This record gives sequence, structure tokens and C-alpha cells, in this order.
Amino acid sequence: MPGLRRVEVNEVGDVTVVHFRDQKIIEDLGIQEMGQELFQLVEGENRKKLVLNFSSVDFLSSAALGKLITLDKKAKARGGSLKLCNIRPEIYEVFAITRLNRLFDICDDEADALAAF
Amino acid sequence: MSTSMPEKPWIWQSETVIPSRAAAARATLDQLIAELARNGWPRCEIFRVRLAVEEALVNAIKHGNRQDPSKRIQVGFCLFTDLVRIEIVDEGRGFDPATLPDCTDSEHLDEPCGRGVMLMRSLMSRVEFNVPGNRVTLEKERNKEPGLSPREDRGKG
Repeated sequence: MPGLRRVEVNEVGDVTVVHFRDQKIIEDLGIQEMGQELFQLVEGENRKKLVLNFSSVDFLSSAALGKLITLDKKAKARGGSLKLCNIRPEIYEVFAITRLNRLFDICDDEADALAAF
Repeated sequence: MSTSMPEKPWIWQSETVIPSRAAAARATLDQLIAELARNGWPRCEIFRVRLAVEEALVNAIKHGNRQDPSKRIQVGFCLFTDLVRIEIVDEGRGFDPATLPDCTDSEHLDEPCGRGVMLMRSLMSRVEFNVPGNRVTLEKERNKEPGLSPREDRGKG
């Protein structure tokens, strides 16, 4: 999918795999755009199975977490689901502190995430 | 800077006044991160300090000064051998941190509010707000505790 500034989208079978273009997801505009691009996948293109691969992300803020939470709600409302993977330990700690590791299905790597659907 | 701890000789300190803009806040934060790295702080500790201070600065800009370009933020850093102290003061009316919802409660898990302050409290050794809540003091003691990976977390139970 060309034209996306914040995420890169690939398809593996019926699963949509998303990689993030930003190493640090902190800037307001970037977070807004990332949210819009992810929401479009779920709402505009009706994709049901999403893998969010965080291999390129080394920092994110609570505002970025907010977008992921909203994405999860939107996906679930449409009968879809998300898997998160390749989250480095420092960022995983953030998910664990905020208990979002209970909300999200977090897998070690992309292969695990694809197999988890 | 206000403190409840006995003072020790500091290695580096900085006091700046910045506009209510994210770019200015990040430039200031980058100075602190560079000093931590220069003094050999572990990567995971630097991550924690960076995230906590980022959240505190965003709160000061957005919720404190409401992004008013005429309002300023005072940012103080003081680095000791085994501790870093950060003080951030905005020109807003403040807030009562006790009124924030518990975002780890399953009822509030998907709500956006309060997560930044919660992260600050969890990632730092001490977080204190003044009354009325327009000044936050954060301290991080240097330690070597490793982070938690998904695999290790699942292994716990």
C-alpha cells in the first residue's frame, strides 16, 4: 500500500501485517497519522486479522498506547482481532505496567503471531 | 530544586525555561539522556527515565499550559552518581493526581487518561506533585534490575 507515512502494510494470507516506520512513536502529528492509517485498515478496508510488528520501534509514549487501545476496540467491534509481536523488553515493560499485556495478545515474533489466529 | 533527600555532590545539572512546545521539550530531554549515557547508565534505565520525563513534559505542555505559547515550563535536571532528579513546573492551574482513574482497573483499561502519570510512578523511584499540582519532581535511583520480556512474563505464570 503506497502513500502511508507511518506504517508499512503487507499481507500474509488473510492476515494484514503492519510494520511501523517510526523508531520513536512520540510526536503528536505522527501518532495522529499512525492512528488514522491503522483505523483505515480496520474501518475503511474492513481487515479482520492484524499483526502489529514492533521490531523497528524502540520508544513509544502513552499517547501511542491510547491509539492502539482505540484500534483494538474498533477491530473487536467489527469482529476482528489484533496480535502484537517483536516488542522489545523495555517497551514490553510499559505494556506490563499498564496491564495492557492483558488487553492485547502479545506474541514473541511474527511467525508466532500469524500462527495465533 | 526542592527535595526531601540529603544533598550529595552532583555531577551535572541544568535549569532551563522552555516554551510550551514539544520540540523544545525534547531538545531539553535529549540533553539529559546524553548525560545519562555519558555516565554509563544502563540502556533500560535510560529508557525508563526518558519515558517518564517525556510523559511529564507532555502533561506540562498539554494539560498544564494547555499549549498556550505565552506560557513557559521550567525544567531542572540534577544528576548524581547513583540518582537523577528532574523537576518540571508549568504555569497551569494544576490538578489532583488522586482524582485520576486507575487505568489498570479492567473497567478503565481502555480509557486514555491517567496512563502517563501511572507510567511515571512505576518507572521512577519517586514521583511527587506539589499542591496545586503544577510542579512534579521525579527521581530515579540507578540500579541494574533487568527489564521484563514477553517470554519471561508468560513464564511467571
